[in-house]
Amino acid sequence: MTLLLNIALDGVAYGMVLFIIAVGMSVTLGLMRFVNLSHGAFAMCGGYAAALMVREAGFSFWLALPLAVLATGLAGAVIEALVLRHLYRRSELDQVLFTIGLSFVLIASANALAGPQVQLIALPPLLAQPVDLGWRTLPAQRLFVIAVGLAVAAAAAWTVAYTRFGVWLRAAVDHPDTAATLGIPIRLVQCASFAAGAALAGLGGVLGAELMPLEPYYALKYLVLVLVVVAVGGMGSISGSLLAALALGTVETASKYLLSGWGSLPFFLAMALLLAWRPQGLLRR
Amino acid sequence: MSTASTLTTPPAWRLPLLVLAAGAVSFFALPDQLGLVTRIAIMALLVLSLDLVVGIAGLATLGQAAMFGAGAYGAGLFALHLHGDPLLGLMVGCAAGALLAFLTGAFVLRYQGFTFLMLTVAVSQIAASLVQRGRDWTGGDDGLTGYTVAPLLGQFNFDLEGRTAAIYSVAVLAGACWLARRIVNSPFGLAVRGIHENRARMAALGTPVFLRLLGMYTLAGGLAGAAGALAAQTQGVVGLDSLSFGLSAELLVMLVLGGAGRLHGALIGALVFTLLHHTAASINPYHWLFVVGGVLMAVVLVPPEKAWSWLRARLGRPQAGRQVTGRPEAGPQDAERAAEVPR
Repeated sequence: MTLLLNIALDGVAYGMVLFIIAVGMSVTLGLMRFVNLSHGAFAMCGGYAAALMVREAGFSFWLALPLAVLATGLAGAVIEALVLRHLYRRSELDQVLFTIGLSFVLIASANALAGPQVQLIALPPLLAQPVDLGWRTLPAQRLFVIAVGLAVAAAAAWTVAYTRFGVWLRAAVDHPDTAATLGIPIRLVQCASFAAGAALAGLGGVLGAELMPLEPYYALKYLVLVLVVVAVGGMGSISGSLLAALALGTVETASKYLLSGWGSLPFFLAMALLLAWRPQGLLRR
Repeated sequence: MSTASTLTTPPAWRLPLLVLAAGAVSFFALPDQLGLVTRIAIMALLVLSLDLVVGIAGLATLGQAAMFGAGAYGAGLFALHLHGDPLLGLMVGCAAGALLAFLTGAFVLRYQGFTFLMLTVAVSQIAASLVQRGRDWTGGDDGLTGYTVAPLLGQFNFDLEGRTAAIYSVAVLAGACWLARRIVNSPFGLAVRGIHENRARMAALGTPVFLRLLGMYTLAGGLAGAAGALAAQTQGVVGLDSLSFGLSAELLVMLVLGGAGRLHGALIGALVFTLLHHTAASINPYHWLFVVGGVLMAVVLVPPEKAWSWLRARLGRPQAGRQVTGRPEAGPQDAERAAEVPR
């Protein structure tokens, strides 16, 4: 029973981290048709920024977290405005090539800045201690991750469905030319969506540092997981990404607990089965 | 990749001949770099196999490393348990790669686009997990070692300087280039290129789309398996990284760098990337990522064709003699090419 609860808690927390990182990619890939393989690198940037701020500058975790997220979002906005927007109309292979190159450069930079070792983000006392629920104690960090994941899911769904910005975004995706004619600031919408996705990736990088250790090759190592979540969830579907991330996160965690020798085989088997069942993703927009 | 549609392709013997010539030149010019020559030949063979899938058949895959690994482990296990003959091992590796491609292709080729891409990733990751799990057979994380490869053709030992290995791999690469060109120029290859251009129309014409793609995927898997067998035989060790996602991604990068769909582009991409990797990595193992990443971004921002035509426009005047070979001058070139297409 304790084992099952551990699996469920860790699995859901892992799934939430995957979701927070993947949702930005799902939006850029599914809505803007841009294959951004440097998304993992943005998550790494966020994690590194937080780790450096906490360790070198002595900031508290609660200050470093929003600053790191903001910095990643800003970096995303700058890169998008300077370079990536010129690639929206290029072939997918060009986009893949460029963003992989960008990931390589960011990996090399991370290594040059902080060395090849794993970066640890010291947790504040509030998150480091277990929470006593009366009948059971649970690690606070996991609960925090799950809470943030739910908040992100709710905020993203609300933004897309009910705000003016969401209307602009959907219009810009469905028919960019018509949307531009109607006076919707297409460029602003694209840039802001990309920056928001990058910022969320950074958030996921910080929150997931316990589950996905921060090292220079982080950018490529976890890129596959993020791509899997996007593919299984259905490109551009926020709720689909959430569902896929939770399912796959639980599978991965359960296999680590129960089938420790099999590596990531259950994860990819589950992915192949889910994709074979629904090739367009669980919930396609 | 509209270049795949050009119906006038060079004769099948030209590319292998160039490969052999380049191999011979490097063999005598760089006698202490034969290991690098071998590595380039193996990578070129692997990227060539990828070009058949990505450039010719138009199936973007990130799982070609699975077939490479299957060939490498197949050849390594064959040498360890059954027989050390390299040519037999090459056949076994080829068959292993083709078999894996056939079996997985029958599943993944039912899907298209991004779904197909992710399924190929899943295939190679599952293969890597299985190999890691089968420690008793494959050595797991430590890699497969301890096998000996018999002399080539019963006479030529695999010496320490790597002479036999270099000649052997370059020769296999040349053979594979010939084979790949013949395949691409055959009616079968034309059908596959047609499917790349317009799947629905080819299906309407009565081409069995799935079978043609499966055939091409299997053939490419066989070539990748041959590359794996070469790697296993010349390096004496098969590691888990031969199945990794990183390798698949690097292969795709090499292919796009050299230009997909033209076969010789695969060779050029493998050559440039491996040389770049080698030089940068010998300076500092992490600097090479700076260099390669920078080159990749530069290639996209300034495509090679544009850079070439710019260079030709700059240097074109004194080189008027080049027109004899049928290459028009830089300026009107694009216009002429555009005019050629509709006819």
